[in-house]
Amino acid sequence: MPDTPPRRVRVTSPRTGAARVQQVPAAREIDAQTALGEVYMSSLLRSQLRLALLALAALVVVVGGIPLLFWLAPGLSAVEVLAVPLPWLLLAFAVYPFLFAVGWLYVRAAERNERAFTDVLDRP
Amino acid sequence: MSVAGYSVVAVTAVVVATLAVGAYGWRFSRTTSDFFVASRTVRPGLNASAIGGEYLSAASFLGVAGLVLAFGTEMLWYPVGWTAGYLVLLVLVAAPLRRSGAYTLPDFAESRLESRAVRRLSALLVVAIGWLYLMPQFQGAGLALAATTGTGPWLGGVLVATVVLVNVLFGGMRSITFVQAFQYWLKLTALLFPLLFMVGIWLGDGGVSVASTGTTPGDSWESPLAGAGGHQLYTTYSIIVATFLGTMGLPHVVVRFYTNPDGAAARRTTLLVLALLGLFYLLPPVYGGLGRLYAPDLIASGNTESVVLELPSRMIAGTLGDLLSALTTAGAFAAFLSTSSGLTVAVAGVISQDGLGRRLGGVRAFQTGAVVAVLVPLGLALLAEGVGVARAVGLAFAFAASTFCPLLVLGIWWRRLTDAGAMAGMLVGGGCAGGAVLATLLGAAPAGWPGALLAQPAAWTVPLAFLTMVSVSLATPWRVPRQAARTMVRLHTPEAVQLDRGILPR
Repeated sequence: MPDTPPRRVRVTSPRTGAARVQQVPAAREIDAQTALGEVYMSSLLRSQLRLALLALAALVVVVGGIPLLFWLAPGLSAVEVLAVPLPWLLLAFAVYPFLFAVGWLYVRAAERNERAFTDVLDRP
Repeated sequence: MSVAGYSVVAVTAVVVATLAVGAYGWRFSRTTSDFFVASRTVRPGLNASAIGGEYLSAASFLGVAGLVLAFGTEMLWYPVGWTAGYLVLLVLVAAPLRRSGAYTLPDFAESRLESRAVRRLSALLVVAIGWLYLMPQFQGAGLALAATTGTGPWLGGVLVATVVLVNVLFGGMRSITFVQAFQYWLKLTALLFPLLFMVGIWLGDGGVSVASTGTTPGDSWESPLAGAGGHQLYTTYSIIVATFLGTMGLPHVVVRFYTNPDGAAARRTTLLVLALLGLFYLLPPVYGGLGRLYAPDLIASGNTESVVLELPSRMIAGTLGDLLSALTTAGAFAAFLSTSSGLTVAVAGVISQDGLGRRLGGVRAFQTGAVVAVLVPLGLALLAEGVGVARAVGLAFAFAASTFCPLLVLGIWWRRLTDAGAMAGMLVGGGCAGGAVLATLLGAAPAGWPGALLAQPAAWTVPLAFLTMVSVSLATPWRVPRQAARTMVRLHTPEAVQLDRGILPR
């Protein structure tokens, strides 16, 4: 075994002046319906659908749970808050701010998804 | 002057104001696009008020308070469902529907599924739902005018039909948008202003709980479960399914989305509508609750739908009470006018495009369509016995949920939907829901569980329609539309990016 290590050589590319790989804009991939274009589209669709299902799940669990709750515990109907029965309080007043809040969060998130998609497509 | 006198003045004022605001819009209505979709330039604020004004029909203004007075808390599911329906619409269809670039539901069906047959079936369903919804508006107008002024029951319907027809004939969607935006705020004021006085009186009387008075033993007025016996839970959930999913299938709701400038604006408009509806629906149930304390005789006489019209003059003595009752009558007329206008525009659009477009074309076809769209349900309303405003509207929701809801949701989110699947699903869903509706109306429904299933069919007809649409589509994979992928790009990508979106429908 030689005790001197081999001389280090600098490795360089012989084709530094060559053009880099041509980038195809994402929009053209979608237009041509290539496999890559499909990936862009299905990722947008999946993220928007996941968001929509999340909002619907919140609606089903919270508002859709009310009949089940009062069916399982009928005694709750007799509870009164400031001379207003509890079921009344929930269905006549509390539901509406909840619906708006879910809608507001949804719109924000959906626009964020679209911005992300636009950013990917506009990248040079 | 008496209550009747003030009411005549108030209704006249609403009619004159509606025609005047409409005339303001006439000046801008020139092209076919103006007539159908107000040239797609309506900003979210104005558009949301217009949608709210259009959507809050007689069922909301008079029906909800009457139902709550008669049946109690369980009826609150209707206003909750009518608002939640907009949330479902917002998350599943609002932006894609606007981006589809179509004028009407049949346009959407044709461009998505590339089939004339689906288009024709959708057109038929739009007209059926529209007429089912217009008929109770005309009947309700007759009842309201008869209750407050003592005229014949036909006059109110004819009056509403005439005013709607004049506005639609001259201004189309452009003029209707202004009229409806104005009518939302009129309806809100008409309910809110008398309520301030009446809640003050209620608090002055010690704020008695509604549940504590007049309840017979075993009466579950405060229970939020609908129906009776062993199928309470089923009936409640069926109402929830029909209202949550039916909203997106109503022709006058859907046609509004095409008036937004783009998909993001459609979403923001829908969010604003959600806020406006939530604000409005805080009010009618309070009328029902106060009616139970201060006008319990209306329950015995079966006249609960007039509680909104009569309560102010009963609770507040003298001229002020009479004036406030006239104000709620005016609001009720705004409700009849705005909903009928929206439905007329939607149905007229479909009739003119699918029935008359080939021969007449353009604005003239739209105007002819409007005449047909109004006269048929007016005739039905004058001939047929009253079904009950809220009841007929509830049936229209169940029918829409079983037909257009699956078409829209699967059409927007599922690439493999085929024309055969869509047709089969709409026929099965519409056939079952329609059959159940007819059986109930004709009194042929049996008692017990089968009766409950027929009275509120949505909980089983909607899943059945979805199931049929999916399984028939999977069985006919060769019929998947050739441009399905391109159409998905059009429905879901933001307008800002430059993409090939295929051919827009007209």
